Amino acid sequence: MDTNQADVGYLAAQARIRSIPVGLTAQKVRERLIEFVMFLCAASSIAITGGIVWVLIAESWHFFQNVSLVDFLTDTQWTVLFENPRYGIMPLVTGTLVTSGIALLVALPLGTTIAIYLSEYANARVREILKPILELLSAVPTVVFGYFALLFITPLLQEILPNLPGFNMLSAGIVIGIMIIPYVSSLSEDAMKAVPVNIREGSYAMGATRFQTAIRVLIPSAFSGIASAYVLGFSRAVGETMVVALAAGTQPNLTVNPMEGAATITAYIVQVSLGDLPHGSVAYQSIFAAGLTLMCMTLLFNIAGYLLRKRYREIY
Amino acid sequence: MVAIGTNGWNTEPLGGMMDLQQKIAMPETSSPLSVKPSGQATAAQVQKEKSIIEVENVDFYYGSTHALKSINVEIPEKKATAFIGPSGCGKTTLLRCLNRMNDLILNTRLTGSIKLDSNNIYDSSTDVISLRRRVGMIFQKWNPFPKSIYENVVYGLRIVGANNRALLDEVAEKSLRRAALWDEVKDNLNKSATDLSGGQQQRLCIARALAVEPEVLLMDEPCSALDPISTAKVEELIHELKELFTIVIVTHNMQQAARCADRTAFFYLGELIEFGDTGKLFTTPEKRQTEDYITGRFG
Amino acid sequence: MVEPENIEKRLSNNRRFDTIFAVIGLISTLVGMITLAALLFDLSTDGLGRISFQFFTSFPSRFASQAGILSAWVGTTLVMIVTALTAIPMGVGAGVYLEEYAPKNWFTGLIEINIANLAGVPSIVYGLMALGLFVYQFKFGQSILSAGLTLALLILPIVIVATRESIRAVPSSMREAAYALGATKWQTTRDHVLPYSTGGILTGMIIALSRAIGETAPLITIGALTFIAFLPDPPIKGEFPFISFDWLMSPFSVMPIQMFNWISRPQQEFHLNAAATGLILMIMTLLMNGVAIYFRYRFRKKIKW
Repeated sequence: MDTNQADVGYLAAQARIRSIPVGLTAQKVRERLIEFVMFLCAASSIAITGGIVWVLIAESWHFFQNVSLVDFLTDTQWTVLFENPRYGIMPLVTGTLVTSGIALLVALPLGTTIAIYLSEYANARVREILKPILELLSAVPTVVFGYFALLFITPLLQEILPNLPGFNMLSAGIVIGIMIIPYVSSLSEDAMKAVPVNIREGSYAMGATRFQTAIRVLIPSAFSGIASAYVLGFSRAVGETMVVALAAGTQPNLTVNPMEGAATITAYIVQVSLGDLPHGSVAYQSIFAAGLTLMCMTLLFNIAGYLLRKRYREIY
Repeated sequence: MVAIGTNGWNTEPLGGMMDLQQKIAMPETSSPLSVKPSGQATAAQVQKEKSIIEVENVDFYYGSTHALKSINVEIPEKKATAFIGPSGCGKTTLLRCLNRMNDLILNTRLTGSIKLDSNNIYDSSTDVISLRRRVGMIFQKWNPFPKSIYENVVYGLRIVGANNRALLDEVAEKSLRRAALWDEVKDNLNKSATDLSGGQQQRLCIARALAVEPEVLLMDEPCSALDPISTAKVEELIHELKELFTIVIVTHNMQQAARCADRTAFFYLGELIEFGDTGKLFTTPEKRQTEDYITGRFG
Repeated sequence: MVEPENIEKRLSNNRRFDTIFAVIGLISTLVGMITLAALLFDLSTDGLGRISFQFFTSFPSRFASQAGILSAWVGTTLVMIVTALTAIPMGVGAGVYLEEYAPKNWFTGLIEINIANLAGVPSIVYGLMALGLFVYQFKFGQSILSAGLTLALLILPIVIVATRESIRAVPSSMREAAYALGATKWQTTRDHVLPYSTGGILTGMIIALSRAIGETAPLITIGALTFIAFLPDPPIKGEFPFISFDWLMSPFSVMPIQMFNWISRPQQEFHLNAAATGLILMIMTLLMNGVAIYFRYRFRKKIKW
């Protein structure tokens, strides 16, 4: 040790280090400011939600000055741009629900199967290849999927079903389904992974096969989590725009037949936005009323999905 | 509350412990202020010691768990004090109270006062940043920053704006020498700190803490993850450092306490059972519980 | 009493079905791969022929063979600049605040619920909000500024979540070491937490931006033009004051919208242009996501950069 307590030079050096001022007010003020700015960034989320709610409700309010709510909810025709406009939202809602329903018919079985396969069957190497591929699938721009639906899937389906019109809900639904497979499978797989290891091991230890364990033990245990994945997938399908606008057409059509074309809420909004509508006209306000309906639907599903997931987390 | 005997060594053997204690009694050092070989401090001498930290009637709660109960202890200046006791007895909790690191944990509460140089550090006007520069800490698992050795050591100075290269170089060398690491790293201070061995990383953390010239150095089981050779190096460091700094060391290794510390406090289930001169505590403890722990009847 | 032979039969049935399911599972996962391959194949066969220097440097035109994506990709670039400059500071700031500073009270809970909710809002609703708020209320008009801000708000939840996940991965021992030396919270965050989590934040940024590049619906809603035969004013001018902000208020188009416009035309030749644009978009997206996945892989392995 080359320092000696009695050494004056040492004491002076020690005093010098100890006397460097700490916690200066200026520094404290600066740090408070930084924290405040970051707080504003976080709190902006509340402002954004507020903005969405305000715009939708304010414009819808104007809309409902001109259109009765009863008509809106019960009329069976949506002919906003016609001479004698009719404002029944039902055709758009059925269009949305049918395409999303078809999407679910595709995505739920495939997504769940993939989730079971990845969680119980696939080894690490296979997983390392497959999961990035699924992630890449979910990253493809939706307009490209729209192109795919209109110019590849529809002609393909027309070989099988010769009477299929160029715009139909079937190909839109199928493509949306493929699009949300990664979403459903990854959420389901997370839910299954969260089932405690000892439950899984208990099943295997009794000689159950992987499939039996998955179906009889894991899926029931992870049920809320998987249900949450389904609900969130549905919400995602409902909000999809480009695929339906391109492949299912923009003609409102109150039908449940997927082999017909129909407009969804989202496709209608796009159609109107492409045109030139005077700001403040009823037609302009109608897109906000449609948007509000869409928002209510997705909000409902999102809340349901969130509650299911929360209940699932609490179990484990 | 200090439990001190007035009769120095008790020549009655306590189940064969006395030989052991004498063998690992503290070595003499050449510094004029070092404590004489353990056991020979008299009550009067201990009472004349200056206490740098005074813990008064401290109760500490993690949520509703009462972790520390009515602790009263005075840490003497420029000596090594050990906190010993079985797992969960509160020794680390108390250590972390001394530099208010427990503030980082949610839902904790402390009643009573802890005074550093007669100023209550739990007073609302206390600047915690300044407190932590005066009371430094070494952790059980070494935690150097993923930076170079040099940057690790001088970090404490950079954050108060001392960026003068000459000053930083000087402080880096001095601190690394004090931590007995200089010779091993002086050729490449820019090497990443995480490339060093475990024992070296722990000494680097010691150098880093010393660079800001604290008055007190808190060590939370600093050797528990080290091999015996590195442990011996760190213990030797403690002997040298206590001439300049007050050291408080938590250890579950009783022999280490006996080797390094001038004073030892024995904790059990959140209470301070006994505090006193190390030699005396290990050879003629006053409380039955202390004796049971030391002789290994529980732990 | 269950007969031994029956049990044996049952077990072998189970085993057989298990194997069958393994095959089904594998095929299902291949659906994704096949779709991606089919997409790329389809786009390439139709669009590869159209990709040329001329394609990149021409404006759209009534004549399909002369049309190009100049205004579209310039528009995408400019809009992305606004989006990135808005979303990244806001998202990282919000993420840091929520992980390091926010007290656990009802207000913080409200913020977190809002962020979770915003992540599930359909993109076209963001367009509606922007139409009412940015275009008309704030009078930004149907401009690059409105577009950039809209997309920034859209991808904000992605950036926030990525930032929070990366910060959570920082070991608390590092923070304790800094605090024990007397560092303030901001110093600890700036000197240790943020550098350590840069990899994850970068990954999140890339994924978020790649998402924004492909967004079409909200931009149509706020009035992006589908036929635009001019470029906005350049940001850097040859004369004083050298930097101009006129381009922010300019009308614009972006690549996905250009593609959408060409698909909507009945003529086959325009579909080829659309395929070419789609191919470019897909390559960009796949590249960006591929890079992000690679970053995440390296980051998770904690390889020293």
